[in-house]
Amino acid sequence: MSKLYTFLKYFFITFWTVFVVAPFLWAVSTSFKDFQSVNSKVTYIPWLDFEPTLEGWRVLIKSPAKGGVDIVEPYFNSIFVTCTASLISIVLGTLAAYALSRFTFKAGFVRNNDITFFFISQRIMPPIVLSIPFFIFLSTIGLLDSLLGLVVVYIVLLMPIAVWIMVDFFNRVPKELDETALIDGCNPYQAFYKVVLPNSIPGLIVAGMFCIIFGWIDFFFAFILTFTEVQLLPVKVVALNSSITPWWSLSASALVSVAPLIIVAFIVERYLSKGNLSGALK
Amino acid sequence: MNLIGEKISYKPDEQFHLNDVSFNFKKGNLYTILGRTLSGKTTLLKTIAGLLNPDQGSISFEEKDFIKIPVWERNVAMVYQQFINYPHLNVYENITFPLEQRKLSPEQIKKDVDEALKTVGLVGFENRKIQELSGGQQQRVALARSLAKKAKILLLDEPLVNLDYKLREQLREEFKRIFSEGLSQDTILIYSTTDPQEVMELNGEVIVLDEGRVLQKGPAKEIFENPSNLKVAEISNDPPMNVLKGSKNSKNLNFENISLEIPNHFKNLDDKDYNFGIRASEIKLDENGEEFEIELAEISGSETLLHLKRGNSKIIALIEEVMNFKIHEKVKINFNANKFYAFGEDEKLVSSPYGGTNG
Repeated sequence: MSKLYTFLKYFFITFWTVFVVAPFLWAVSTSFKDFQSVNSKVTYIPWLDFEPTLEGWRVLIKSPAKGGVDIVEPYFNSIFVTCTASLISIVLGTLAAYALSRFTFKAGFVRNNDITFFFISQRIMPPIVLSIPFFIFLSTIGLLDSLLGLVVVYIVLLMPIAVWIMVDFFNRVPKELDETALIDGCNPYQAFYKVVLPNSIPGLIVAGMFCIIFGWIDFFFAFILTFTEVQLLPVKVVALNSSITPWWSLSASALVSVAPLIIVAFIVERYLSKGNLSGALK
Repeated sequence: MNLIGEKISYKPDEQFHLNDVSFNFKKGNLYTILGRTLSGKTTLLKTIAGLLNPDQGSISFEEKDFIKIPVWERNVAMVYQQFINYPHLNVYENITFPLEQRKLSPEQIKKDVDEALKTVGLVGFENRKIQELSGGQQQRVALARSLAKKAKILLLDEPLVNLDYKLREQLREEFKRIFSEGLSQDTILIYSTTDPQEVMELNGEVIVLDEGRVLQKGPAKEIFENPSNLKVAEISNDPPMNVLKGSKNSKNLNFENISLEIPNHFKNLDDKDYNFGIRASEIKLDENGEEFEIELAEISGSETLLHLKRGNSKIIALIEEVMNFKIHEKVKINFNANKFYAFGEDEKLVSSPYGGTNG
């Protein structure tokens, strides 16, 4: 029984790993190929099957006039929009979450839970429902097809994530910790940034990671709310797919577009495994 | 110059958490607040600290209106029943935190912290992380932080309740030493607990609290000897004092078809119905005694707790040796009538073996 279980466990882990990693390996391999290696016969392993070349990667940094795929500008656009929106979402979201976790609000029938739900409800609606209001809103204030407009929209999308994660996190930090800080001579603001915030770093990192991921991978809003002036990376990569871009350049651009997420995941994984806070506050 | 509370009430929902509580705490004294869970002990301490604002009543300290002063300017110290320290700081930084907050000079801080570490016995632990300490050590850090502040009001909210039995005994001994040596005559120490034994050992002025109301105030000895009513008798004894409904006539005390001779301190009582109280430790096994049925027998350490039943009365006897009993077995016990309390039908103390009455 337990042997069968072990076998099945490793079988599925292996299966899933192959399932997830294979496309990446395929993309990595393809990005080093040229016309002949792609079209002649089925090849996988560089140097053995085919002669690797850096042509696919060189194209990424060439200007379009010289046959490049023009990915640099969308790349920096994506970094700017994702980072700015994530940062603002984390700052505002953390403050909102702390208030929701520690203070009691009453306005008519509205209570803390209702406010928290209002935040989260922004993510419950399908994006398509939000697209038209966002479009009208941005066009009214003249921010359609601009970086600033995208930042505004992304804050609306990312802040619920930050609030949701941080409310949960703050609820697990005992209220007595804040009270002790007050008793020890901190005013409420000092208690927040001298005691609560330093103990919330794991939560902030998780929230930040989710914001960056959701911001970085968004295709839908980047597609609807931009036309010619501004382009974000996911839209650009998808656009390459439908044009005459060769496979090797397409593979290389797909790989550079997921690279930041892989780096973020590694950093965060290392940081989170250092130790969690729940034990510290018992 | 005292800490004076007058008619403090706090009612955040349907129930009173504090109901018309008044006190007058003098400097250099130890006050214990005794009450069961949810009796309002923590609420009272938080109100004094300034974490809660009472709905009614006033608190003044050194002739100033305390309620108008925010928590962070009150200079009080508080130790919680949970071990609350700053997890992102090490032991030393935890203790310096409130001192740096008050912007004391580095020399002064070092002196105060070293002194506090010595008092609680944590010298050598300065650079440890809080997570690396045991529960008892964590609570010592919290205590050291409170002592180093040299606050004029030191609040301890059931500081020992989350510790295991052995550690609790040990720390309780140390508390007694710290309280007698380590505190200046300027400090008001307020200690809340559910444990009557702790109250008796600390031997301070006691306030018995129940459902947010003060039931009795007085020295520990007085509370023990003359509990002013049945509730206090229950709260201030562990196991709770036994209550037997009965009556007195000219010759005997009668309850559950048992007749006892009238003890000396009951001689002047009117002949009528009473609630008789007797401590579990004053009930002895006796071959010539009265028959009771065992409902439950618990062995705790070197003692045996017998839950007994006869008619409508249920009592608990504390036998000072380990014995094995079967459930539903009959045992014979003897009541020491000289240790009987009499409470009226209104539950107020009428007569006590130590001579106190409540009028």
